[in-house]
Amino acid sequence: MITLGKALNHGLRRALEDDPKVVIMGEDVGKLGGVFRITDGLQKDFGENRVIDTPLAEAGIIGTAVGLAIRGYRPVCEIQFDGFVFPAYNQIVAQVAKMHYRSQGKVRLPIVIRIPFGGGIGAVEHHSESPEAYFAHTPGLKVVSCSNPADAYSMIQQAIASDDPVIFFEPKRRYWEKGEVDLSSALPAATPLHSARIVRPGTAATLLAYGPMVRVALDAASAAAEDGRELEVIDLRSLSPIDYPVIFESVRRTGRAVVVHEAPGNVGLGAEIAARITEECFYSLEAPVLRVTGYDIPYPAARVEEEYLPDLDRVLDAVDRSFGW
Amino acid sequence: MAKGESVAGTDIPAGGFVQLLTPDGERFDSVTTADGTTYSVDFTDEEYRELYRDLVTVRRLDTEAVALQRQGELGIWASLLGQEAAQVGSGRALRPQDMAFPTYREHGVLYTRGIDPIMPFGLFRGVDQGGWDPNEFRFNQYTIVIGSQTLHATGYAMGVTMDGKTGSADGEAVIAYFGDGATSQGEVNEAFVWSGVFNAPIVFFCQNNQYAISEPLERQTRVPLYQRAGGYGFPGIRVDGNDVLASYAVTRQALDNARTGQGPTLIEAYTYRMGAHTSSDDPTRYRIASEVEAWKAKDPISRLRAFLTKQKIVKKDFFAQVDDEATTKALDLRERVLAMPDPQPVTLFDHVYPNGSPELDRQRAVFTEYQASFEGSGH
Repeated sequence: MITLGKALNHGLRRALEDDPKVVIMGEDVGKLGGVFRITDGLQKDFGENRVIDTPLAEAGIIGTAVGLAIRGYRPVCEIQFDGFVFPAYNQIVAQVAKMHYRSQGKVRLPIVIRIPFGGGIGAVEHHSESPEAYFAHTPGLKVVSCSNPADAYSMIQQAIASDDPVIFFEPKRRYWEKGEVDLSSALPAATPLHSARIVRPGTAATLLAYGPMVRVALDAASAAAEDGRELEVIDLRSLSPIDYPVIFESVRRTGRAVVVHEAPGNVGLGAEIAARITEECFYSLEAPVLRVTGYDIPYPAARVEEEYLPDLDRVLDAVDRSFGW
Repeated sequence: MAKGESVAGTDIPAGGFVQLLTPDGERFDSVTTADGTTYSVDFTDEEYRELYRDLVTVRRLDTEAVALQRQGELGIWASLLGQEAAQVGSGRALRPQDMAFPTYREHGVLYTRGIDPIMPFGLFRGVDQGGWDPNEFRFNQYTIVIGSQTLHATGYAMGVTMDGKTGSADGEAVIAYFGDGATSQGEVNEAFVWSGVFNAPIVFFCQNNQYAISEPLERQTRVPLYQRAGGYGFPGIRVDGNDVLASYAVTRQALDNARTGQGPTLIEAYTYRMGAHTSSDDPTRYRIASEVEAWKAKDPISRLRAFLTKQKIVKKDFFAQVDDEATTKALDLRERVLAMPDPQPVTLFDHVYPNGSPELDRQRAVFTEYQASFEGSGH
């Protein structure tokens, strides 16, 4: 049993071992091992050219990663906190996302941008945000989020091995959750990076979640089971592209869907997923697709963040509303 | 650090610049800057003639592009008029192994790299967005967002160091082009910081053409731009950007410093954008005719022509011959631009991702079916 954070560390280590072109870059990722210690010990073992402590400049981290990738490197960039990605937003959206298209496929930017995201850790402003929709909205980027240690270990390696630019959202409040990870497993054996996974089968309704909310959805499903309602839980894992066939198959069976995410609901991933389910599963639906999300407010102060974050009760309440239709 | 101080030359801005060829075609053998660096060039007669050919050709191609835009054959064009010497001088200073990161105006640099000048026309005609391989041509794709490419160049240069390709005379160097407006961008300042702390083998080549669209230099800076380098810990130097010889000499030296492991240099090439920012711009709204006239007297081509004439290193029909060759090239370019096919609509969906996407496959299929529904309907 290792933590999700440690699983990422093992995955990064293995990527560094497997490909000499992989470099890790970011603020405090070297000597300190990152503020969450995700890169702990890597600079010591791979050197300052492979694990680079960068100047404090997020646009610089991504912009220089673009140049390194043109040169043939595979940069893995760490953005220290979700709320600090915005200085790099121009480079990500205007350059990283468009370079392959602009060059008609002649320039590949196999860059991974790791972003610890989400709330629940009692932090100050800018340290608890869920900016995934900005990136999922951007053509040219792939966006994923892991929810457990085993996926963290395999998905980070798959993201690094992919020639697509990947925004890799890490559920920071789950960094310390433990799980079984087979550190000897070969990558081809792992679930493909952009596949969703049914993490709890059920028949009554489908709960869709990713990252930190998968735990909440699973807890809600356990509680519902005690009341005799078997909820199916899907861990989306990939936010762009979304693995719709798995979702549609599930919703056609259950007839009900609830999407859960921490990000504000307005124009969020839940809206897109609800629209697509409605388009594809209209005659199977017993109720409208419901959303349980953060409110449409800036991320609040720590002492009231539990009121903001979707939790077990809000998810079960949404399930009840679905059945009350 | 400010290497551009106290140098020879005539008609120079306050603070001076490196000049080897005056607007009248007078040649200085060499210029020594305050830090003791001596700049000179040692060209053969044929090399001088080649430089002249380059200058005339890139201007003629540019004129043709402006005409093509006015005739509706290009959506937009960013003219290099007036900046030929800065571009040809710096471009010719590059060695084959060096890598250039242009803005969207470096058609002259592109030409000196031996690249078919038609390469960027797809972008301006609107049939593609670039579409070339930077590594094949040692010339990155045009970058439109101001200053962003300076960070790409810096990262690339860090990679050169990581590959062990610096520290010797045959090392690799990188050059990043940008303008005076770009120096206000945060990303350009980050590129300076990064290049400094990583001692990257890079030359920052700023063509100060005095205007960022309508805004004059005074709206971008309180100090001469080359002096900014001191704050980042590397040398800055100002060169007469309308002097192809000085532009060559200064860039050559800075590139060699970079390739031998001495880190970055900021070059401010002091020049003037004679034309509009792009074909969509109207410079009469923000600058006066007398200013343009004053810069016309400093034209980069006429001064080299005067020099060649005085030195008697050209035969009397040389200039007419160069003009004819340039016109032939321009007409050939025109013909090929007009023959550029529009892309097939379904290619909209190509190259979004190296690995593709099932979602895009679905949209492509829907689009194809939709297109097919018009077949035979007269659309």
